[in-house]
Parts: sequence; C-alpha cells; structure tokens
Amino acid sequence: MEFLMYFGDVFSPFNFMLLLIGTIGGLILGATPGLSPTMAVALLIPFTFKLDATQGLILLGAAYTSTVAGGAVSAILLKIPGAPANIATTLDGHTMAKKGQGALALQLSFISSAIGGVFGVLLLIFLTPVLAQWALAFGPSHLFWLAILGVTVIGSLDSNSVVKGLLSGCIGLWLATIGFDDVMGTQRFIFHSSVAGGINIIPALIGLFAIPQVITMFAKGRHQTDAEVISVEKSPIGGAIREVFRRFRALSIGTMTGSFIGLIPGVGGQIAGLVAYDQARKTSPEQKKFGTGHSEGVIAAESANNAMVGPSLVPLLTLSIPGSPTAAVLLGGLLIHGIFPGSDLFENYPDVAWTFINSMLIGQILMCVFGLYVAGLAARVAQVPNAVMAAVVLALAVFGSYSVQTSMGDVFIMAALGTGMYFLERFGFSAAPLVLGLILGPIAEANFVQGAMIATATSSIGTYFFTGLLNLTLIGIVVASIAYSVWMELRMRRYTTKEDAVEKEEALS
Amino acid sequence: MTDRPRNQHIVASGLVAAVGIWVAWLSFTGEPARAFLFPRIISVAFVALALWTFGKALLGKTKVGPGLSRIAIRNILPGVVVMLVYIFWAAPTLGFYTASTIAFFILLTLYDPAPHGEAHTWVKRVLITAGFTAVMYGLFAMLLGVFTPREILF
Repeated sequence: MEFLMYFGDVFSPFNFMLLLIGTIGGLILGATPGLSPTMAVALLIPFTFKLDATQGLILLGAAYTSTVAGGAVSAILLKIPGAPANIATTLDGHTMAKKGQGALALQLSFISSAIGGVFGVLLLIFLTPVLAQWALAFGPSHLFWLAILGVTVIGSLDSNSVVKGLLSGCIGLWLATIGFDDVMGTQRFIFHSSVAGGINIIPALIGLFAIPQVITMFAKGRHQTDAEVISVEKSPIGGAIREVFRRFRALSIGTMTGSFIGLIPGVGGQIAGLVAYDQARKTSPEQKKFGTGHSEGVIAAESANNAMVGPSLVPLLTLSIPGSPTAAVLLGGLLIHGIFPGSDLFENYPDVAWTFINSMLIGQILMCVFGLYVAGLAARVAQVPNAVMAAVVLALAVFGSYSVQTSMGDVFIMAALGTGMYFLERFGFSAAPLVLGLILGPIAEANFVQGAMIATATSSIGTYFFTGLLNLTLIGIVVASIAYSVWMELRMRRYTTKEDAVEKEEALS
Repeated sequence: MTDRPRNQHIVASGLVAAVGIWVAWLSFTGEPARAFLFPRIISVAFVALALWTFGKALLGKTKVGPGLSRIAIRNILPGVVVMLVYIFWAAPTLGFYTASTIAFFILLTLYDPAPHGEAHTWVKRVLITAGFTAVMYGLFAMLLGVFTPREILF
C-alpha cells in the first residue's frame, strides 16, 4: 500500500492544476479526429521540459487517459472516431445520438471509461511492484532478449504484415545505432551533420507520429467536413449511472478484456474496444439490439479502451519495455528527465512513480466529471477544418522538435523521418515497431555488449545468450509471437485486395 | 492489384532494400569490428527481410498498403512542398515566427474548403493566421522561453 503515501502529492496546487489541464486538454484533443493519443502525448512532451519529472508525467499521463476517452465524443456526436480506440463506440454511440440519446450515450461513455480506467490503474498499482521485484533477477542477456521481444511483438502483432512489421523494427534498431558507439566512441552511419550526435528520441517521435498525420490531412485536399454535430438534450446523470450498473455484464466484459489486452505488448485500445464489443454482443441476451443504439455496445467498448491504459504501462514501468507506442512516448518523457524506468524505479524514484500512477487514478475521475461538461466544446473542436489542423500540428511539431536541444538538426530529422514514414505507411510499414526499435535499440545494444563481455570472461556468447530458463522462455515468446502472427496472416489473408486496404485505412484514419 | 500500386510497391520496397544493403555494407566494412557487431547483426535481419519484401513486390504478391492514388499525390504535393521549404529553408533563413506565419497562411489557403473568390474568407484566413502566430509566440517565446532563430525577420 505504498502508493497511498504519495496520494497527497497529486493534490498539491500545481500538480492538480497540471492534472486538470492535461485532462481537459486531452479530452478536447482526443475528440479531434486525426489527433491520436500517441501524437497528442508526443506533441505535449516539449511542454514538460520546464517541469520536473513528476509534473511532466502527470501532464502526459492525464493527456493519455483523457485523449482515449475524448475520442468517444466525436465518435458519438459526429460518427468520426477521435482515435482508433473509439471505432467500436461509433457503432452504437452514434445511433443513440441520432435517436436523441446523445447525452445519455456520452454519459455512459464517460462513466464506463472511468470505471474501466480505475480498474486498469488499480491493476497497474498492484501488478507493477510485484513484477518489478521479479525483474530484479534479470541480467544483460535477459534484458537484451526483452528489448528484442518488445520490437518483435509489436512488429508482428501491431502490423498488417509480419515481415514489414519486423522490417520496420529493424529500421528503428538501425536508426538507434547512428552516431557515436558508446563503448569505443566510433562514428557510425553519420551521413549528415544533423545526425552526428545520434537521433534524439523526442524529435523522432514527434516526426514519426505527427508528420504522417499532417500529410494524411493534406491528402484529403480541400475537403469540406460534412459531419454535423448532433445536438444533445440534457439528461439526468442518475439515469446513466443506473444504466451502467444495470448493464454490469457488458461493463465487466469490457473492463476485463481491456485490462487483459493492455498487458499484452503491442495490442492497442482499438483491438480492446472491438474485442470487448464483440464479446459483449455474443454474450448478451439482447444481441439483436447491438448496432441499433444499444447502451451495452457503448459501455463495453469504452470501458475496454480505458481499462487498457493502466496495464499498458506495466511493462514500461517494470522492465523498461514500452508495450505500446504511447508508452514509448511516455518513456521518451521519462528519459528527458534522466529517469530510466525498470526494476529499481520504485526504489530510486518512488515519489515520481507513485505520484504519476496516483494521478492517473484521480485523472480517471476528473475525466468523467469534465468529460460531460466539455463534450459539446470538444465536438465543436472536432469540426476544425483539416487545413487549420494540419498547419497547427506542423508548426507545433517544428517548434516542439526545435525546443528539445534548440537545434535545427533535430527539426530536419523530425521532418525527414516523418515524411519518410508517411510514404512507408502507404506501403504497409508501421510506425509503432520503428519507434520501439529506435527506443529499445540502445537498451538492446548496451545489454548485448555487456553480455558479450561477461560471456567472453565466463563462457561463450552462445551459451550466455541461448541457455538458461529465462533466456529460453523469452526466446520462445519472441518465436511464438512471430509464428502466431504469421499463422494469423496466412489464415485471415488480411488486405487481400486494394479495396480492402483502402476500406480499413479509412476506418482507422 | 493494378499496375500502379504494384510498381509503387516495387519502388518503395526496392528503396528500403537498397538502404538495407548500404547499412550492411557499412556495418561489415566498418572498423573496429567490435563497434559494428550489433549493427552487423541488425543489418543481416534488415537485408533478409527487405529482400523478401522486395521479392514479394516484384512478384506482385504484396497485400498490404494501398499505395498512393493519383488524387492523393495531387493533393499532398503542394502541402509537402510548402512543408519542406518551410522546414529546410524558410525557418532557418527567415526566422521561425515569420516562416511559420507564411507557411500557415499558405497551407490554410491551399487546403481551406472555403471559396477563394470571396473577400471575407481571406479576412478570416488572415485573422486565423494572426491568432495562430500570437498563440505560438505566447506559448514558446513567453511561456517556455524557447529562443528560436530570428534571422532576417523574427
């Protein structure tokens, strides 16, 4: 119960103000189609430079939590999911709004998001220290395999093509080696002065997540947003609370599914929402009502996508392996404050770790309270024309990248990586494994070099890296995740035609 | 799959394979060998996967990614040109705020669905651009204290 000792820190005036700003800002950003939680958090990182680590993380954590929930506003009122995590919410939420139950749909969405989110953060609170203790037993070879596992799991599970996902991971790992070698100080792959000091993670993250979105908005041309905001009537909150608990089965399915999926690295909120929706539909006695504006659909989808948030941070805080692109961005936020998460995080920085986690717990409740109030405003923001949104995001990306080290080189890297990523994405490559490769590359290399030194002194490299129960287990998971994804790809024949691909792209964008 | 996406896939995967081969060549010729041990391991996987992808593209078996339609290319081209000129030339030459203001206004004009023939839409664009510049200045120069290149203007 150590976390209770740090609860008061969340309520210090400045911390609480940051929590409010992150929550309200996140709700509005989340409602904006095209601004994914990952991108929103990446663009916010430069604003944390002047804050200490705890304050910075409170802001980023609040934004992460509330952007996921805020996406429901545009899903319900505009039929445009704010983020991929809200796709399932559109199915019943928007139909409810069209039937004049928009306020009820929003209330159900925020209440179930908060319940799912609180459960997910409680899992984070109780699982993290246990796993952190367990992680103390990890040596260099295990950490090396864990880093590889992080890249391969996301590369294979988060991509539409296993080969291209893994290839993206390799590109990220290679990008991480650019610059000076840590051990011998040798220059590696320095093809331009901008990369002489290596590739800084923050500009790279901003570029990889923001610039492809900017170009995607360009691709829509002078397209008029034809989605109309459905106006909402006032609805008593008590009715919504009773409805959520009356639909307890959907709520528990959503919460449990989201929490479980959140723990699996690489599987995001989009999948959590869709799987929970599907499970709730299959087990409901009112199956036929799904898709026609049924409250269970909204409750299952929204509780799942927020329940996923807490557990998705467990691998990051215990093993320093980010389990999702947003967790990778949060890792970037930790690293700029000189904090390296891992098994000793709770021993060395208990105040930072517990205050951050506690703030996420409080953030869930604030998100629910403010979500209901700012929903109308957020829906209006969601109608901001693409032209304005693209130009604003581009400028924020440029200023944000520059402010990391006041270096134009960082801005050039951000633009080059982002533009390249847009074109790679059009051909089936994915940003998430590339980012994971870029972030985990130094961890993998440092532990590989350290392990190789130990192996030279004690046994052979082969024996050191390929024997032992933990090594073999981790290698087994790497192989199994790839094999599973290959099997699924062969079985489902995803993206069999260009039309399928376009359809899915549109659904996700 | 039509010929255009297929050719695009071939070009894209060919470029990735070329980068992979370049990385492998530099890794295996770089000295001291110990400093390039990790890049060598990565480059082997990089080249193998890139060649596999390139081979599949050549055979027309690439199933993922919609490629770029003619309309999409036509739509993104002006925006990307403005973006690249803004970042690689205007920002370091004219100053961040000047370049950002100009780039913002051009992008707004290029992609704004409002008609260009009406005076009030231009007034609206100018006002939005001025508001944007003021907010960016307030956020970065005043709140965060980031000293950006001022160069010719500001």
